[in-house]
This record gives sequence, C-alpha cells and structure tokens, in this order.
Amino acid sequence: MDQITFILDVMVPAFESGLLMTLALVAVTAPIGLLIGIGVACGRVYGGKGLSWLMQLYAIFFRGCPLLLLLFILYFGLPSIGIVFTPFVASVLGFIFCNSAYNSEYIRGSIISIKEGQLIAAKALGMTRNQAIINIVLPQALRRSIPGISNEFIYLIKYSSLAYMITVIELTGASKLIATKYFAYNETFFAVALVYLALVTITTFGASALEKKFAIPG
Amino acid sequence: MALEILIDWFPYLFSGIVLTLGLVAAALIIGVGLGLPLALGQVYGTLPVRFIISIYVWFFRGLPVLVLLFLFYFGLFPALGLDLPAFYVGAIVLGLWGAAYQSQVFRGAIQSISEGQMTAARSLGMSRFQAIRSVILPQAMRIALPGWSNQYPEILTESSVCYAIGVAELLTRSSQIVSQTYVTMPIYLACAVIFILLSYAGTSGIHILEKKIAIPGFGPGGS
Repeated sequence: MDQITFILDVMVPAFESGLLMTLALVAVTAPIGLLIGIGVACGRVYGGKGLSWLMQLYAIFFRGCPLLLLLFILYFGLPSIGIVFTPFVASVLGFIFCNSAYNSEYIRGSIISIKEGQLIAAKALGMTRNQAIINIVLPQALRRSIPGISNEFIYLIKYSSLAYMITVIELTGASKLIATKYFAYNETFFAVALVYLALVTITTFGASALEKKFAIPG
Repeated sequence: MALEILIDWFPYLFSGIVLTLGLVAAALIIGVGLGLPLALGQVYGTLPVRFIISIYVWFFRGLPVLVLLFLFYFGLFPALGLDLPAFYVGAIVLGLWGAAYQSQVFRGAIQSISEGQMTAARSLGMSRFQAIRSVILPQAMRIALPGWSNQYPEILTESSVCYAIGVAELLTRSSQIVSQTYVTMPIYLACAVIFILLSYAGTSGIHILEKKIAIPGFGPGGS
C-alpha cells in the first residue's frame, strides 16, 4: 500500500480515536488521583497512629505493586469474587491507585517541609487545626509539590499505555492493532512514539509554566 | 486449596523471580554502563555530543516502556535482522530506558561537585580524564547512590511490562498459573507480595551499601 494512503487512511483515524481514549484515561485519573493523594498525605502526616499506618500501607502497596499486575487484579482477579468492571473503569481505578500513591509521597514531603511553627501560629490566631491545614499549610505545600505532581502526570500519560493490556484500545493499542494488521511495525510504532513524545513534551512545557505561575514571589 | 496450589507451583513462580531479577540486573548494569558515559558526555562533551545525548534521553524518557518494547521487539530488531529471544530484548530495552533515567542522576551528581575541584586537579598536573576518574567520579558516585537506588524499585515494577512480549518473568508466570488453575486472587496477591518484598529487600540492601561506602562528614549519607 502506498505510504501516504496508509498514513492518511489508516494511521490518522486509528491514532485519533486512540489519542482520545488516552486523553480520557488521563483526564479522569489525574484530578481524582491528586485529591486522593492529598488525602492520603494528610492522613499520613496529621492522622492518628492507626490512620497514619494505614495510609503508609496504601502508599507502600500501590507503589510496590507493578501497575500491570494491579490492572490484572482489577480486571481478571476481582470478577472471581463477583466484582466486575469494564476495561475502562478497571484501568482508571488502577491508575488512580498508582497515581495517588505516588502523589501522596510528593505531597507528604512538602507538607513536612512547611515549618511546624506556622501551624502553631495559625492555632494561636484562633484557627482550628483543620482550618490551619487547609488555609495555611496546604496552599504552600501544594505549590512545592507541583514539580513532583507534574512529573507524575507525565508518568501517567506513559503508563496509560498499559490499559491496552486489559483491552482498552488507546494509543498503544491502536498502533499495535494496525501494526499487526498491515504488518508495518516500524512505521507504526515510530509514529506512535512521536505522538507520545509530543504529548510528553507539551506537558513538560505546560508544567514549567504552571510552576512559574504559582510560584510565590520572593 | 489456594495455599496448596501456591506451594505446588512455587518452583515455577521461583524461576519467574529469577528471570525478573535477571531483567532488573541487566537493566541496572546497562544503566550504569551506558548512563555514566552519557552523563559524562552531557557534562564535559562538545556541543554535538551533548545534543545527541539529550535527544537520546528525551526519546527514552518520553516513551512508555510498552511502546519501546513493541518498537524494538516487533520493529527495530527484526528489521535489523536480529532474531533475539524476548528475554534479551526485554533486558536491552529496560537497560536503554534505564540508562536515560540513570544518566540524569549521574549528571546531577557530577554537576554538584564544585568546578574548582576540576581546576585544582588540572593545576596539579592531572589530565582532564585523570581528574574526572580520580577526583570527580569517586565523590559524584557517592552522591548519586541514593538517587540511583531509587531506580531499582522503578525498574523492578516496570520489568513486569515485559509480559507484553512474552518474557516468562514473575507476572507472566503468575498469569499462566491463574489460567491453568482458575485460582485468581490468591495467585495475583502472592505475586504482588513477592514484588513488594523484592522491592523492599533491594532498597534496604542499597541503604546498607550507602552507609558502608559513605565518607564521614561528606555527602548526603555521610554525616
């Protein structure tokens, strides 16, 4: 088949739907992963002994367990005890667990880096502990964890490719299908590589812009 | 019942652990062997060298391991006429991928050694190469160790993606056992526990090494 027809008629439509699926996976995962990450981090730093230990276990398990295995557990494992997810939901759940566990580490680190005196000062001004955490500590801590979180976001774009292993046809899946069908491995995988590189590069620039925007002057 | 199956299949799982560790070891060895020259090239190289290395790093850090595996296993290696077994392809890809990350750890460590040391070494009559080898690297490698050891759990979890090209590592074997015995959750959870233990054991081992080679009063682990 003519190269240009192959690119225009086969690759572009397949990559388009694949890209949409990848973006959907990322868009659903990232905000939830961030929120849970904040929750887990706060639980670890401010929670009682039990909660803190539980949150630490959460972080250790989901950072230590390979994501692919996690997806297998969610998609192939859970049906054996009667819980059935669609491939999309299973992958989003897996990504959320993984993403939030890593985010929680970054956020925990930056919460700890905020001087404890600030919390005491806020309390002395009559704020409750929760008010102080939400209004004083978190706004600073989250700013400090932007580099880590955006790094994790870039990782998320990359590991969203694993959804293909549980039959979600995203970018990698779309490229594998046409590569196999048309026996054009090199062309297709290089093309999909370029799409990923573009996504990651754009996100990197976006992340550093975000970092600058939220920097505290001085 | 699940426990009996686990015990029965343990030897099979165990050879999976060996293959997984083989992948990780290969990735770490290639990672250091290639990552260190890449880092040196990026710090001390000429402009074209630095440019080529940064393209390499950008390429391998920007792509999912799954895509890299597909690209090399189905595309590049066959096109070059290489018919390598999946394990070798997995090891090479993880190594090339890990080298890109590790080079950045080494680069940061090399750049953290103040430039005055290079100048001082040169003024004592050392060549550039001698200065790098005997003055800069011994310090830089110690500084790089904590960052480098963070690569281990990452490579370990990422090695499971080699499932996609059929390397018979831990995850592949676990799924094979699942499809043979129809016992799912216990097998997968056992696999997860093994991965987490391997990760924990390796990280603790590296921490011990860090303490051992630390120079008193020097570096992050030293004081």
